[in-house]
Amino acid sequence: MSASSVATAVAPAVAPGRTLPRLPAPGTVLSALVVAFVVIAAVAPGLLADGSPTAIDLHATLQAPSWAHPFGTDDAGRDLFTRVVHGARQSLGIGLGATVLAFVIAIGLGFTAALAGGAVDAVITRVLEVAFAFPALLLALLVIAVRGPSLATSIVAVGIGSAPGYARMIRGQVLAVRQAGFIEAAAALGHHRFTVIRRHLFPNAMRPLVAVATLGVGQSIVWSSSLSFLGLGVAPPSSEWGALLDAGRLHITTSWWLEILPGVVIVLVAIAVTSLGRTLQHRLGGAAR
Amino acid sequence: MTTVEHRAVDQAAPQLDTALLRVENLRVSFGANEVVAGISFTAQPGQCIAIVGESGSGKSVTARTLVGLTGPGARVTADRVDLAGADLLHTSERAWRGLRGRQIGFVLQDALVSLDQLRRDGDEVAEPLRLHRWGNRTQRAAKAVELLTSVGVPEPEVRVQQRPYELSGGLRQRALIASAIALDPPLLIADEPTTALDVTVQAQVLDLLAASKARGTSIILISHDLSVVARLADEVAVMRDGHIVEHGPAAQVLHDPQHDYTRMLLAAVPSEHTRDSRLSAGGPSTSDRRVRRPVDRGRPVLEARHLTKVFCGPDKVDRTVVDDVSFELFGGETLGIVGESGSGKTTTARIALAILAATAGEVLLRGEPWSALSTDRRRPLRKQVGVVYQDPLSSFDPRWSAGRILIDALSTGGRPPSSRAEARDRAVRLLEQVGLTATHLDASPLRLSGGQRQRVAIARALAPEPSVIVCDEPVSALDVSIQAQVLDLLTDLQDDLGVSYLFISHDLGVIHHVSDRILVMKDGRVVEHGTATEVFERPRHPYTQELLTAVPRLRSA
Repeated sequence: MSASSVATAVAPAVAPGRTLPRLPAPGTVLSALVVAFVVIAAVAPGLLADGSPTAIDLHATLQAPSWAHPFGTDDAGRDLFTRVVHGARQSLGIGLGATVLAFVIAIGLGFTAALAGGAVDAVITRVLEVAFAFPALLLALLVIAVRGPSLATSIVAVGIGSAPGYARMIRGQVLAVRQAGFIEAAAALGHHRFTVIRRHLFPNAMRPLVAVATLGVGQSIVWSSSLSFLGLGVAPPSSEWGALLDAGRLHITTSWWLEILPGVVIVLVAIAVTSLGRTLQHRLGGAAR
Repeated sequence: MTTVEHRAVDQAAPQLDTALLRVENLRVSFGANEVVAGISFTAQPGQCIAIVGESGSGKSVTARTLVGLTGPGARVTADRVDLAGADLLHTSERAWRGLRGRQIGFVLQDALVSLDQLRRDGDEVAEPLRLHRWGNRTQRAAKAVELLTSVGVPEPEVRVQQRPYELSGGLRQRALIASAIALDPPLLIADEPTTALDVTVQAQVLDLLAASKARGTSIILISHDLSVVARLADEVAVMRDGHIVEHGPAAQVLHDPQHDYTRMLLAAVPSEHTRDSRLSAGGPSTSDRRVRRPVDRGRPVLEARHLTKVFCGPDKVDRTVVDDVSFELFGGETLGIVGESGSGKTTTARIALAILAATAGEVLLRGEPWSALSTDRRRPLRKQVGVVYQDPLSSFDPRWSAGRILIDALSTGGRPPSSRAEARDRAVRLLEQVGLTATHLDASPLRLSGGQRQRVAIARALAPEPSVIVCDEPVSALDVSIQAQVLDLLTDLQDDLGVSYLFISHDLGVIHHVSDRILVMKDGRVVEHGTATEVFERPRHPYTQELLTAVPRLRSA
């Protein structure tokens, strides 16, 4: 018997009420700040950097970071900080859009497979297994090869690339939650099958996936940057973070900041989002007994 | 915390010199939480001391402390903990390893998790021999067979080659005991050794422990079950909130208890003697004796005709789990279905609920088709049949509060509430009907105690105003005092509302207490069927007779 189970067992009549929320860990606070910063940059970039991301200044090309240009300037004299801030909308947009798309596909396939069972389940599961066997980036490349690079294609490509993994998880969740006592109890009360799915099966099956989705946003940002870096994502004049990396590649030997600083931003955002996702996972996991 | 009655404790240790184990003022705390609050007892060779209590009493922590497995974070203090004169309190982990198995044997409740799934049973049984460098490999293998034979395991030569998951619960528990007594330790600590077992197997395991005791082993038996204790113990110590509230010879504690708590515990045990009387003290009804509402012997409310259920196993072999089961349940009546694990009683309940389709046979509700209806045709009738499960928590959506659960159930009934306020009022009335209050409305079932959760589950079953409630082991997971309250609640509700119960349980005492008529099931078949008196007093089938002999009893009839 563990200490905590003893503690709860000693007082069998636990008073109804909620415990005070614990103070979040410093890492969580820091991650939340980073994410908040990126969200502000995406929604209102002017608040953080008032210049234009495409303002060319041929007198100040390839300048190292300074007070005037905290991230330095690129080969056209554009302020890199302004470009990173203005790129947040596209990067975050691809991250969120791809994850939403992935989940829409995954929920459709996962629920259909788990609830239909039989031949439908077998076919969907096999298709997912084949898709899952491909690296997600390879699947994304396939989509881009068909549609040609653009912002929308990036979203579709990363979304389709990560959908199979989520679909498998969702199918497993649905199968597990369907066995739960409360599903049978709801059916025994005389609720319609669709009511049971909507009220009990869907929310409970999806609950652990909220955290997974948050992790997915971070991953999608990294993937979309990788695609842009390979010249397969958003085209260079745009300041999407992967495109910045791609543009800076030419000057990496002379102007390190063009490569390192956007890279650091991508890494920081990915870590922050992942860390928040993990926190969420623990919180939700704890609530789910 | 209340002050302890040390009177009985002091009386109970006259012959100190021969004592094998001597515990004085043992305290165990986890942080600020004192779980064992100064208990003392001595154990003589060839004697069994039972430590009895409900969950949270500190009995299991006591057992673990005596084998040095209290765990990290625990603070153990005592004036004295001696085993055969040697101090156990300041024993190093290394020295503990020398003691466990050789000096102290430890038998845990759940043999499935206590045995390593990947090792052969022979190796598991011989493990203490190997650890304490007893004999060589061949001698140990022979000894393992000998030990399994001594604990009554059939075909021991085959069993030593098998792995724990290939054995039944009873065989696993016996293998665990064989392992604990391998080196013939003078002290055996058994923590709920029979709790997960069927009664017939439980009887065999208790006989085994009695034989060990007769050979001079001193046994410390930890149990929540007073009737199990009655069968084996010489002395009984009743624990509550870390204190021993009563301690004395078994006969005295069980038949002439001095402490109120012991009296309450004993009164709460359902059996043939408690029929038509209340198990818990107080409660809404003032009279001690129940006035049973007469059973309506007209048309049966629920009728099962020749139910058969065949499951196809993973090995493509068909297994008949329910075999030609028929019964009638009348209005205001309780029909008990009793049987051991695997007897098909829960499957029968699920077919009666029409959650599971029978392979053959039919269930009728008020003389009309029920199991034969299509899902859509049956749905409007579902409000007539409620259900209460063994584990209420898993039957609640973890996101929902007690109030939302009840309001949802109300909406499925014949009179769905027309407004939010009405729904809330009726949910509160349901809570009050099952002995809870409006304050529980917003509580998450996660934060309720086991008894309160089962009350919410009963309230949910009542919400659509059903004529039948299927109760599948509704009190099996509860402490005896809470079990008593829930059983009283169920009988009160039956008297008030005239609802019928199809009551499934493995516990013959519970079944005898609540049932008007009883079905005894074995291997999917009904082996005996009759009124409670007929089945319990004049059992015809040998299996029923075996069951009844196997039940540990507090009092002789």
